[in-house]
Amino acid sequence: MDNYSWADLQNIFIMQGFAGISLFSVLLLMGLGLAVIFGQMGVINMAHGEFMALGAYTVYLCSTLTQDYAPSLAPYYFVFAIVIAFFVAAGVGALVEWAMIRHLYHRPLDTLLATWGLSLIMQQTYRSTFGAREVTPTLPEWLMGSYSPHEGLDIPINGMFVLGLAIFVSITLVLFMYKSRFGLRLRATVQNRKMSDAVGINTGRVDRLAFCLGCGIAGIAGAAFTTIGSTGPDSGSRYIVDSFLVVVFGGAANLLGSLASAFGIAQAQSILEFFLEGTKGKVATLLVIVVALMFRPQGLFPSKVRAH
Amino acid sequence: MIFLRTLFKNRGEMISFIVFFALLLVVLPIVLPIFRLNLVGKYLSFGFVAIGLVLLWGRCGILSLGQGVFFGLGGYCMAMFLKLEASDPKSTAIQSTPGIPDFMDWNQLTHLPWFWEPFKSLPFALMAVMVVPGVIAFIIGWAMFRRRVGGVYFAIITQAIALILSLGIDGNQGYTGGRNGITDLKTLWGWDIRTTSGQYTLYFLCVLLLIVAALAAKYIINTRFGRVLVAIRDREDRVRFSGYDVAMCRAFIFAFAAVMSGVGGALFVLQVGFMSPSLVGIIPSIEMVIFTAVGGRLSVVGAIAGCLIVNFGKTAFSEAYPQAWLYLMGGTFIAVVMFFPNGLAGILEDNATLKAKALKLFAKLKELKASRAAKSSVEAPIEETP
Amino acid sequence: MSNRNSHVLDVEGLGVSFDGFKAVDGFNFYLAKNTVHVIIGPNGAGKTTVLDLICGKTRATEGSIKFKDRELLGTKEFKIVRAGIGRKFQNPSIYENLSVFENLELSHPSGRGVFGCLTFRRTPAIIEACESVAKQIGLAYKLDTEAGILSHGQKQWLEIGMILMQEPEVIMLDEPVAGMSVRERQETAALIRRISENRSVIVIEHDMEFVKEIADRVTVMHMGKVIAEGTMETVQKNEKVIEVYIGH
Repeated sequence: MDNYSWADLQNIFIMQGFAGISLFSVLLLMGLGLAVIFGQMGVINMAHGEFMALGAYTVYLCSTLTQDYAPSLAPYYFVFAIVIAFFVAAGVGALVEWAMIRHLYHRPLDTLLATWGLSLIMQQTYRSTFGAREVTPTLPEWLMGSYSPHEGLDIPINGMFVLGLAIFVSITLVLFMYKSRFGLRLRATVQNRKMSDAVGINTGRVDRLAFCLGCGIAGIAGAAFTTIGSTGPDSGSRYIVDSFLVVVFGGAANLLGSLASAFGIAQAQSILEFFLEGTKGKVATLLVIVVALMFRPQGLFPSKVRAH
Repeated sequence: MIFLRTLFKNRGEMISFIVFFALLLVVLPIVLPIFRLNLVGKYLSFGFVAIGLVLLWGRCGILSLGQGVFFGLGGYCMAMFLKLEASDPKSTAIQSTPGIPDFMDWNQLTHLPWFWEPFKSLPFALMAVMVVPGVIAFIIGWAMFRRRVGGVYFAIITQAIALILSLGIDGNQGYTGGRNGITDLKTLWGWDIRTTSGQYTLYFLCVLLLIVAALAAKYIINTRFGRVLVAIRDREDRVRFSGYDVAMCRAFIFAFAAVMSGVGGALFVLQVGFMSPSLVGIIPSIEMVIFTAVGGRLSVVGAIAGCLIVNFGKTAFSEAYPQAWLYLMGGTFIAVVMFFPNGLAGILEDNATLKAKALKLFAKLKELKASRAAKSSVEAPIEETP
Repeated sequence: MSNRNSHVLDVEGLGVSFDGFKAVDGFNFYLAKNTVHVIIGPNGAGKTTVLDLICGKTRATEGSIKFKDRELLGTKEFKIVRAGIGRKFQNPSIYENLSVFENLELSHPSGRGVFGCLTFRRTPAIIEACESVAKQIGLAYKLDTEAGILSHGQKQWLEIGMILMQEPEVIMLDEPVAGMSVRERQETAALIRRISENRSVIVIEHDMEFVKEIADRVTVMHMGKVIAEGTMETVQKNEKVIEVYIGH
């Protein structure tokens, strides 16, 4: 690092920091979706990355359809596409829960393996439908470009947009979990499933909705992803380990923890990527997290519960 | 005889064991051309991983999604020795630095890195094949099991380790051969491993070692340790409060499974002639779990058979219908996990016990009828409601 | 206070808090040799937590637990068991798909290390030990039965038997007669009296009749603290105890 001046370093950190913000937003959205499913239902979804890809492909489809049939709407379609991505992913999630997950709730390791089988099928479906080559939706012009407050500093607008999106989804999710009737039922089911059954909560329905919600958020993550990269059949699987680590490192089912660990992981990767060539930045980041988890398996912010 | 009894629970198990390995040792070498036999040998090297997974996952309930790490470590230890032997100064004379592996030369390395040095010795390399995976697994396992990390967490962390190692190998081309891996392996102590006779020898070596590994696994399963493993899976707290060191038992079986995987990796390298990060990462690691799941996570022979079946399916299908293969593989896997958690071996066993039960019932009914007939002939016939 | 000759277990100033809530606070407890010591108290008094603390399942935040002058605080569970303290859980915790004999055999203390397990052999001495314990718990005629199909009471006895196999000096039983029939209760009381002849037993129990039948000494807990200690009669006359059980 000796050949960089202090001012250079400062700019590099800020620039890479902003680049990291896009990654942070995608990881946070992925992590939130996983945390809803894994943290709340104890089920791990290995196909989560494929749900993200589903969201990204949905945006791509929306983009193509808009250009073909309603080019005048091109500046606005992206916002609707995000909503559609949410519902498409949530809908497929509902189907998967009904056909597969609900039969496996008491076998968490088997769920993990079954959803991996599902991810193979989903990837191949994308490959057969959209081809093996990566696709990119046409983004509206207002999302492109960057904002320069002063010389040598560019803040990408798309990064700011997905950051806003991630914050919006996080706040909505928190409100939903802690203020809505459904959130109450969900938390009740997590704490005591039998009792919830007994007081008349349809826990099966709560499970399905939670799974849908998690998948839907993955769909939004996919929409956010289209602003920073192009979508291929295996795009999702490239983010899956990072997202798992976001959830585990943050302390499962802890929103603040997910936020902190998503930020840490994204920034570390983004800044290290500049100084270390190729994948070494990623390797270093993952290595630090895995070693940290060995010493502190409960993650950054463990939830304290009386031992039973 | 007592020894046999610790290895096999019943006669059926012993017979299936003998038949299976007789098939591998006698029938296949006669029937198959060497090209196909070599393929069988390659798949059987995954069998070592599967045996480890039967103990680790099936018996003890620990799902590792990072067995490719240990397969890879064993394989790389073997490959490093073979590569050094293939890179003698004479055959690498055209390089700017002769005597070092070709990929190092391409990456402007001028001398052998320190951790390559000891791999010039075959005994060291053979030791490393088992010791390196074993020690690393033990350290990882001990650190995590002592802090009660298990279940899904363990699976995710081992998966992350698989990703780290494969990316790490991939990104350090000068030291590891990078994405292409270590290729052009030729001889083992001057003995050519690429000739037909060499491949036959290696195949038999692989099968014999597999028999040793399978017997070791069966021995473990049928000792007290095997029962403790199952007890840990089902009633962890009771085992702990019976005075067993649960973390140590888990770390030991994890290390044992890793040693098995390492041996498998070394035999893979010897038979296939290369090693690359594509055998280390997330996908190969989880595929090894698939082989085990399809064959049967509780059965040693079943898991090895699973490796053969899935891999031959893959070869046959992905040649003919590459698109359908992933659907088939994903679908099969979902079906196995959801409906046949004990895999093919489980299905066969259920059939066998069902048959045995039916036969027993039949015999009992017969007996009952006979005794009734005897009774009614003695006493006066009374109307009886069945 | 600690008396080398008559006490096996000295617990002093024991405390633990969960997120600020003091589940056990300043708990003192002295277990004499060859006695049955019952801990009673209303729900949530911290009785099970005390057992968890003694056997190492929960780590205490303060105090000391001395077993024959050896400090147990911070010792791992399996080491506490090996030192000679056995613990039975509230719900029967046995290996359902093993036979009664195998359940007992797996609890035999010989060969509990990894290599001990790998080289373990079923010797006549071990068979004899299993059979004698089975006789004590009244399951001698069920040695080959799969444990999962035993009745609830028999499962409880089997778990007591599994702890007896470890030949502990202190046995801790958490509500051993919950869900048992009257006859089974009587047999369990006799069993507890019998096993306390050469070891100490800590019992947590709600059923006062049962406590009267078995207890040499009684400790009453309320809100994580000891409010009375003594024989059943003295404790029953204690005003604080009466207030806790009847008052409010």
